[in-house]
Formats: sequence, C-alpha cells, structure tokens
Amino acid sequence: MRVNVTVNGEPRQADDVWEGESLLFLLRERLGLPGSKNACEQGECGSCTVYLDNTPVCSCLVAAGQVQDREVRTVEGLADGDRLDPVQEAFVEAGAVQCGFCTPGLVVAAHDLLDRVPQPSDPEIREALAGNLCRCTGYEKILDAVRLAATRKAAPRGSGAQESGSR
Amino acid sequence: MIPFDYRLAPDVDGAVAAATGWGGVAFLAGGTNLVDHMKLGVAAPEVLVDISRLPLDAVEELPDGGLRIGATVRNSDLAAHPAVRRDYPVLARALLSGASGQVRNLATTGGNLLQRTRCAYFQDLSTPCNKREPGTGCSAIGGYTRQHAILGASAHCVATHPSDMAVAMAALDAQVTVLGTSGRRVIPLVELHRLPGDEPHRDTVLSPSDLITAVELPPLPEGTRSLYRKVRDRASYAFALVSVAAVLRVEDGVVRDVRIALGGVAHKPWRARRAEDVLRGSPVDGSPADEEVFRRAAEAELAGAAPLAGNGFKVPLARNTVVSALRGLSREER
Repeated sequence: MRVNVTVNGEPRQADDVWEGESLLFLLRERLGLPGSKNACEQGECGSCTVYLDNTPVCSCLVAAGQVQDREVRTVEGLADGDRLDPVQEAFVEAGAVQCGFCTPGLVVAAHDLLDRVPQPSDPEIREALAGNLCRCTGYEKILDAVRLAATRKAAPRGSGAQESGSR
Repeated sequence: MIPFDYRLAPDVDGAVAAATGWGGVAFLAGGTNLVDHMKLGVAAPEVLVDISRLPLDAVEELPDGGLRIGATVRNSDLAAHPAVRRDYPVLARALLSGASGQVRNLATTGGNLLQRTRCAYFQDLSTPCNKREPGTGCSAIGGYTRQHAILGASAHCVATHPSDMAVAMAALDAQVTVLGTSGRRVIPLVELHRLPGDEPHRDTVLSPSDLITAVELPPLPEGTRSLYRKVRDRASYAFALVSVAAVLRVEDGVVRDVRIALGGVAHKPWRARRAEDVLRGSPVDGSPADEEVFRRAAEAELAGAAPLAGNGFKVPLARNTVVSALRGLSREER
C-alpha cells in the first residue's frame, strides 16, 4: 500500500509498504529516520518511542498500515534546527547517555512528561519512564537529566534566573 | 511474520462481515499484544481487520449514572476520564497499574480484555503448549510456575489472565456488548473468559468474528468505595503476582454490598463470591476486630486453591492482599 503520513511536520509518502511492517521499520528503513531504535520489538524496552498524534507510543507495535493520514514526531523532530531541545541538552550535560541506544526513546518519553507535568516529582519521573529500559546508566543520571531539563524549561538560559538544577 | 490480508473496517457491521468466513482472522486495534504475537509466531492470522478507526472510542455517561466505554477507547484515556476517576477509582487504579505509558497510549478496552496469557511457555514456540497448539501438552506443569494459577486451573493448562483492567471490571459487574454474525448480545464480563478445562486454546466464549463494541458499568450506589491493589515483582511495569479489586459499601456498621475480584491467580478474572458471601451482612466498624472477618472471607475463597510447585506463596499473598484491600476501604474517612 501507499502510506501518506506527516512526519516531523512534513508530509511524507512511502510506496509498496507492507501493512504488517511496523511504524518503526517505516521510519528507519523507508523514510531515513534512524533516530528511533529497534531493540526488543515487543513494546518492552521503549527504545522506539515516538509521538503518534501527539501521544508517545512504541512504534514497533504500530502496524504501518495504521498510520495512514496521521502525524508522527520522532526524536529527530524535537530539536529546533541545530538547537537541541532542553531535554536533549540536559541528557548530554548530565551524563545520561552511555551507549546511547535507549536515549532517543527516553528523550521522547521525558519530553512528553515535561509537557504534561512541568515540575515532576521523582516518583512521577520514575513512573513516566518505567517503559524505557537502560542497561548502562543505572538510571540515576537519567533522573538527573530530567530534573535539570525541568529546571531549564522553567527558567530558560539567558533569562537571568538561577540554574539551581545544574551540577 | 507470515503474510496476511489487511482490511480497514468501513464500519462496525462491515468489520464483522469482513471477519466472517475465515479460519484465522483477528481484529486489530491497538496492536500491543497482537502485533507482538505475530512477530513471535504465536499468532498467524490470515486476515487482519483493522478496527482502530471505527467510531467506538467514546466514553458516555448513561442516564442511570452508569458508564458506556467504547471498545477502542485507549487505556490511558479511560484512566484519565473524569467520570472514571470520580465514580470508579478501582478501574482508574487498575488501568494505571498495567503496562507502561507508551503501551497504555495504544492499548484499547476491547483489546485489553482479549489479551492473551503471558505464560512464558505459551510465548516460546520451542516448548509444547496446549493453549498455543492443542494436544501438545503443558510445559508449565512441572516447569517454572511463579506466575501461574492457583485457582480453577486444569491438568491441561495453568496459565493466568494478565489484565488488570478486567479484574476491576469483574468487580464492577461490567457487561460486555458483542456484535456477531447473528446480531448483538450482552455478556457479563465474568462470563466472557473461560476456565481452561480441556480446551485451554479457547480464552473466551467469543468466536473469531465476534467484535466487542462496548463495556458498560452499572452505577455504584452512593457511599460505595472501591480500590485496586496489585502485588508484583517490581514497582512498575510488571504483571501481577496477585491483585485485588474490591468494591465495598458499609451502612450503619454492616456490609451492605461487597464485590471482590482477584487477578494473577486464574485463567480469568476471578470473582470471589465465597468471600463476598462471608462478608455480606457482617458487622464492620473500622476497628481491629474487622480483621478476623476479612481473613475468614479470604480463607473461604482460597480453600479451593491448588498451588503448583513454584507458587505456593500466592495463597497467603492473595489472602493478605484481600485483607489489606478491605482494611483500606473500611477505614477510609467517612
């Protein structure tokens, strides 16, 4: 089938798509967006998390045929040109990235959390990231990154406010 | 994954028509269990009928105070619905204790009811399983049984139903509306799922072309409280070892209405009628003396438990979880 889907704000089209392939495969192999990672392929690890109609989902569990005429936003669509999103910046600064495989999914999940809950408590952060597995960091640096991003978003750099969340 | 035919259902009747007459057919909604099983080779439908765009995604408050939940309402939307949070906290809590945010954002009401067991042997094509391949035997019996059933199992299957949502709905006396080739019918949720018996490959009483269109919750009388308590091996994103959905109404120090369902212990959400019988009419005043009644009720239900080699702990765990759930409800501020 031919799939028409808006990806990161741009209308995209892919031909000869098999309905049974995943949205993840469509993004990575047909549309050239390898940011979303293919790990468990079972919805267990969250590495493939993308926004589908503004809601984070595991793209490995969405059949490509189901995204016709819908909107997808991937980790590639979070930055504003060369300017990283505050969540991405915080992941870099807090040392929340080691091998990096889980990072795109965690960045999207954390981005969504801070959209919904700008100042999350630690239990809220833990629960929101429960569907994203990381085998390197032990999660502590990831929690640091989310706290830092929350602080940055509340008081953007250059606003003159104190950056209490940076270490 | 083997090739299959994909059809987008044009409307609700058309979905049933498109699914009729095929040997291997499945409705596709959120896909969180089906797409996964197709990749593993556990499911291999010839035809997928995509129902995710049908207008079955509304939650309606009914004139009698009940709630009608469309089959394709997402788990996260249902958990966040104001009427669910206000009137059926047991359901909101059960939904939020299941899976992860990403999965709840895709998973639907109908699909949650029809999800299949997470028995590791069922998902592993290299091991015999009567549910996956009838007549091949059960690898769990004599195998690793920490997650398996203690109630209502058979010599052919000891799998558990994995849903949290369905356990809450069982305690709420939910009714499931089904559209099939011979029309519409309503099935009490507690009769939707089967015990394994000698046909463990049949999870429910539905036929493959039966489409769940809605779940209705009857209203709860004023003064009714409810909660969901789930015990699992880690704090989040794990299936229940034991869970308890409890609905309680105490008036003038006497239990007037009580409904309890257990998860993680059987092939279906387990309605604990024996425990309810013990509790109904019993005096309950929020004092430590209540504990004895709660314990007797739980023990009455669990008298028929038949634990396996690896899950004997579930019997006292289920008892204690029932007691603590009832304690929590009976001591809430009035």
